[in-house]
Amino acid sequence: MSKVHVTTTVNGDAVEFLADPRETLLDCLRDHVGLTGTKEGCGTGDCGACSVEMEGVLVCSCLVLGVEANGKRVDTIEGMSDGHDLHPLQRKFIEHAALQCGFCTPGFLVAAKALLARSPDPTEEEVRYWLAGNLCRCTGYDKIVRAVMDAAAEMRQEAA
Amino acid sequence: MAKDGLTEFRLIGTRPDRPDGLDKVTGRARYGADFALPGMLFGAVVRSPHAHARIVRIDTSRALALEGVKAVVTRADLPDGLEGEDWDLQENTLAGDRALYDGHAVAAVAATSRLLAEEAARLIEVDYEVLPHVIDVDDAIRPDAPVIRQGAADASVPEGMPPNVVRYMEFGHGDIEAGFAEADIVRERSYRTEAAHQGYIEPHACVGQLGADGAGEMWVCTQGQWYIRRMCAAVLGLETAQLRVTPSEIGGGFGGKTTIFMEPLSLALSRKAGGRPVKIVMSRAEVLRATGPTASASMDVRIGMKKDGTITAARAEFRMQGGAFPGAPVDMALYCAFAPYKLPAVQHIGYDVLANRPKCAAYRAPGSPMGAFAVESLLDEMCRELGIDPVEMRLTNAVREGDRASYGPTFGSIGLVEVLEAAKGHPNMAAPLGPNQGRGIASGYWFNHSGETSVSMAISEDGTAQVSVGTPDIGGSRASIALMVAERLGIPYEDVRVNVVETGALGVNEPTHGSRATFASGKAAVVAAEQAIAEMCRRAAAEWGIDAEAVEWVDGAAQPAGPNAGRFPPMTIAEIAGKMGQTGGPISGHHEGLPEGVGASFGAHVVDVEVDPETGRVTILRYVVVQDAGRAIHPAYVEGQYQGGAVQGIGWALNEEYVYDDRGRLANPAFLDYRVPVASDLPMIDTVIVEVPNPGHPYGVRGVGETGITPPLPAIANAIEDAVGVRLTHLPMSPSKVLAALKGRG
Amino acid sequence: MATVQLWSSLTRFTDGARAVEVPGATVAEALDNLVKAHPGLDPILRGGVSVVIDGEMIPNRHAEIAPDAELFLMQRLKGG
Repeated sequence: MSKVHVTTTVNGDAVEFLADPRETLLDCLRDHVGLTGTKEGCGTGDCGACSVEMEGVLVCSCLVLGVEANGKRVDTIEGMSDGHDLHPLQRKFIEHAALQCGFCTPGFLVAAKALLARSPDPTEEEVRYWLAGNLCRCTGYDKIVRAVMDAAAEMRQEAA
Repeated sequence: MAKDGLTEFRLIGTRPDRPDGLDKVTGRARYGADFALPGMLFGAVVRSPHAHARIVRIDTSRALALEGVKAVVTRADLPDGLEGEDWDLQENTLAGDRALYDGHAVAAVAATSRLLAEEAARLIEVDYEVLPHVIDVDDAIRPDAPVIRQGAADASVPEGMPPNVVRYMEFGHGDIEAGFAEADIVRERSYRTEAAHQGYIEPHACVGQLGADGAGEMWVCTQGQWYIRRMCAAVLGLETAQLRVTPSEIGGGFGGKTTIFMEPLSLALSRKAGGRPVKIVMSRAEVLRATGPTASASMDVRIGMKKDGTITAARAEFRMQGGAFPGAPVDMALYCAFAPYKLPAVQHIGYDVLANRPKCAAYRAPGSPMGAFAVESLLDEMCRELGIDPVEMRLTNAVREGDRASYGPTFGSIGLVEVLEAAKGHPNMAAPLGPNQGRGIASGYWFNHSGETSVSMAISEDGTAQVSVGTPDIGGSRASIALMVAERLGIPYEDVRVNVVETGALGVNEPTHGSRATFASGKAAVVAAEQAIAEMCRRAAAEWGIDAEAVEWVDGAAQPAGPNAGRFPPMTIAEIAGKMGQTGGPISGHHEGLPEGVGASFGAHVVDVEVDPETGRVTILRYVVVQDAGRAIHPAYVEGQYQGGAVQGIGWALNEEYVYDDRGRLANPAFLDYRVPVASDLPMIDTVIVEVPNPGHPYGVRGVGETGITPPLPAIANAIEDAVGVRLTHLPMSPSKVLAALKGRG
Repeated sequence: MATVQLWSSLTRFTDGARAVEVPGATVAEALDNLVKAHPGLDPILRGGVSVVIDGEMIPNRHAEIAPDAELFLMQRLKGG
């Protein structure tokens, strides 16, 4: 199948690649752009490990075709910290031991960031329902939910 | 909660950031599928769509004719003559004359892209002659069941057993009939649990490279790089040392990544493709269909009890299928089932049965959850009938140090009584319950394990330390091992770097399994640190011109041991290390062996549920895990093990199961239908870390990874009965089953 | 003499005996003498068993044992 030239912006950088039209955005990010922080856990949109933002919208990159990213802005886990300065969510995940194997962590962080952008002061229930599309098999979610709530509190304080 | 409140530690028991945390929150950590090599090909696997079928013909010509296809492998490419478990592994890697389960690998292909490899796999034609199949364990054990494999039974199976029984065991002690006669009530029930998958979020992935000279390399997500090496070498007929296996970061394992699946195929394809590396990444459907879920079980339990709650006798007969190969954990299910109880008479009978399902692998405390579901459920029912508090009954019968275990040997230091007392005193026990709400409690047990262990550590020129371990870090073991080594060396935690190394760097290590990493690698690392300390004391003594015996190690420095040894200011690790090139060369330590002193871990869980009488849905309201850690080196990751284990158990109890259609095909090979718990299903999971230090470990570690998955299955069943008065005996306790039970109640 | 405690389905190889007394200063000697006395156990032992002494699994065949040690044979243990 002939390939399609895709021009996109990933984490603020202009990026070009040739995509087989059957390839997902996840495949393109990992295999063509070289950003392997976004993970494939299922390939069917059930686990959220491949969460990225496209044009500011949280998506499962395994359910988006690579060619759909043409002309769009994509943000991945690799763009979450500002140089050496970790995003509060990243710091809180480490502090709260909110990861064990760490494989689902990029997806959780990207999804949680999208939550806090729209809801800076979420209830525990809101966090749990927002993150219900992200599977973690190691932690039982307890420490993840605590880390997200704590990061939200810190970000509210910084904003105030 | 430490039993010896006297010991004070500088670092043990603190909660520093894990050393691999930064890589894991930034996406930099490299997992199995993240690895790539120049010239790399991509592999895809052809799998049987039938539960049981004779493979009549495999035609690979159309696939090989496709441009970009570099190699195809079938069983004919693998060596003959393997026996025993090696044969099982090879047969599971690629089917021989018959496909034994839906998803069984039949052929594999390597091509220049993943899409091309998948296309080529579709072009490989396989003609099957479908054979009768059997899925359910009680069907498989019938004398007239379709025979999975003649001659698979081992010497433990007496003549005359049904053909699919491949292992048989019977053990116990005491006069069982006298025990039942002595009881005030004797009750018997049957229970069933369904197969569940470990459900690690990272699918299996590897890159394998093998040359015509028989030398090869592999990068793979695994719990045990030496197991991968040995098993791949056996299946492919390679010399073990010629294969070098490097573990990637691992995205969960829970026992499921202690063995091989497609790894030998990448090597076999590479060898046929002129030595080009071949990457294989499983899809989620492949993971569910063709890796190693746990067994399903059918269990009969009979228990005799006096009115005061004393158990007089107990009997268990468990039947388990672990797929088309021997290895269902029926033995360990039986060993653990009655382990929390001191029993004057007990009898266990177990059958390992073949069925047309994937070869089971270990899953967190293999077997223990099934046995606990049966035994802890029946005990709860009997407590209810006799009006006895279930915690008091457990305390009345609890095993203590020196007691004979239900499975024979005597217990060393254990903390079951402390665990039960802590559960009894937990505030959740007093929380008010509303209508349709109920509380359940259950105990659980796991032995813990040691095994082959080899660890090296070396002092760097600036006085920092590196530790090389062979046990991949799944849940924070780098942090706990760094804490122990830093504690012993008397240096900051941040000055210790723990590396998980490849097979070329150490002697054989067993995987991270059996809750052993912090116990066994940790214990060996402490011994290695002590060797380095002894050497540093010798170096300081030589500098001072005094006897090495007159030097002691205090707070990260050598110092004279008392005024008679001489008056010298302490010589720090950095000072000694800075000069080591002039004082005798590198300073290091190394320890290997089979660390002794494993300490078993008991736990008890208390769960409150609410049952929706309209839908049968069970909601977890409150949950507390109480478990003996021995000593928690990094308490946050101990809590994490407790919480994660409990939630896997909750999933197994309420939702997770392998569902087969009438043709024996897995009907739910996706996370949408194989439904693991999500964040919105759950409350916070409270934890109580009980610390009864294990005398067999320098810091009292027992190992905490596995016990936690065991109690949720019965605890939730017990809570459901408490809430709505129905007893569920068949997992999962899904809304439809609960609703049916509620309707049956009338 | 050490006592080897067998699981009861092995008694068909030991003329009904659940516990067998054998000489041996190490695990290996005790197990080898057990097989000498009851050759039917050989395939079971070669298939792999766990040996537990005083409540602890002893994987080292050359571990020394007390003269009156009680060895429990168990199915080979593994974990997740």
